[in-house]
Amino acid sequence: MYGSTNLTEQDAKRMSDTSAEDPQKLAEFEDRIARGEKIEPDDWMPAEYRRQLIRMIEQHAHSEIVGALPEGTWITRAPNFRRKLALIAKVQDEIGHGQLLYSAAETLGKTREQMLDDLLNGRSKYSNIFNYPAKTWADIAVIGFLVDGAAIVNQVINSKGSYGPYCRALERICYEESFHLKQGHDNFVYLATGTKQQREMLQDAINRWYRPLLHFFGPPDHLSAHSEKLMKWKVKLASNDDMRNQFLDQYVPKILELGLTLPDPNLRKNADGRWEFSDPDWEEFKRVINGDGPCNKERLAVRRYAELAGRWVREALMKPNDTYKVPLA
Amino acid sequence: MKSLDPRVNRLNLSQTSEGEVHTNTHLVTWEVFHQEKRGKQAVHVGIVHASTPEMALILAKEQFARRGRTANLWVARTSDIYTFRTDDEDMFATVPEKLFREPAAYKVRERIEKFQQQNKC
Ligand SMILES: [Fe+2]
Ligand SMILES: [Fe+2]
Repeated sequence: MYGSTNLTEQDAKRMSDTSAEDPQKLAEFEDRIARGEKIEPDDWMPAEYRRQLIRMIEQHAHSEIVGALPEGTWITRAPNFRRKLALIAKVQDEIGHGQLLYSAAETLGKTREQMLDDLLNGRSKYSNIFNYPAKTWADIAVIGFLVDGAAIVNQVINSKGSYGPYCRALERICYEESFHLKQGHDNFVYLATGTKQQREMLQDAINRWYRPLLHFFGPPDHLSAHSEKLMKWKVKLASNDDMRNQFLDQYVPKILELGLTLPDPNLRKNADGRWEFSDPDWEEFKRVINGDGPCNKERLAVRRYAELAGRWVREALMKPNDTYKVPLA
Repeated sequence: MKSLDPRVNRLNLSQTSEGEVHTNTHLVTWEVFHQEKRGKQAVHVGIVHASTPEMALILAKEQFARRGRTANLWVARTSDIYTFRTDDEDMFATVPEKLFREPAAYKVRERIEKFQQQNKC
């Protein structure tokens, strides 16, 4: 869940009450979505649709720019020039993804600067997985291959949603992600087929990222507050469990074929096609999301530093008489 | 705070890590149009934030010309672009009825043949 669609109980209640909306406009809006048409920024939309979309796209944008931090750590220490070029290019793409997504959210009426404020002041979240450290170069292989792989599962599904600007941003993003995945897999395979020490380093990284990867798609369906409406409005397009299952289906075989293992004796695919695994400790997931992970403080402190140290430049660029208008698409 | 990243350790983050942050530097947006090749039309691809057209072009290049081919980029201030409202879409609804604008609506062969039969030409 790059941009989380998990609702609090309170949110779920708000979502299910649309009595304040004009019933005829609401019906037209829902018909349009049911017909597979996209919603554009100046179309009529229910207040909750707007609110949930801003929340989700904003979180997705934050995830891109915070996600660049653990990888950025290794640019200066990449093992050779080719890997360094690829990593720089990937990190630049991720920042670009952040910009595309901030722009998509901005068409709904929240400025990019308000979103950045909310990130720094803790009012808005980003993907939990980026609160874990990238300890060795093998972590970069695991992130590039598996974290990006998980993100692609999520993003391809979301690109079929109902909000035009978000779908267009995701199409461009998914096109670039295929390079992230390929270079990640290449790096992963090199380590897996390398020296004993390289294999051990990779196995250690896999062991550490296994649980955060299971957490990536959010709490299991039976533990999360649902909203039929988010599905109906095509803001959410697949359940957390379904996305997680799709990820395991695509990626577990690619890990096992290299003779590597996953640190879970209960991981297996059942006859009905569903993957089974040990409880990945959802309490830890909650703790980390609420600020108590290994890198939460550092991630925000680095963003805050960037904001404050770059402020004078942005202030010098400002033209106070410019009139701001919400972007078109 | 001790980081695994030596660059982060050099930043002395404790000095900037307290208090609410408010940015007051919201830049205006520019709509970006991308032309893939000479001879093709420019197509809208998204926006960038910038205070001058020159800066908007630089950012547009970074954002929208990282892959594939590009012949040129255009930027225009969002506030300089005028559009219809999307919910006025029905004003275009009668276009498909205007068959008199279509070449296929003009068929004369039958009339010519009838004329030729009648006049034995
Ligand atoms: Fe990305
Ligand atoms: Fe990526």
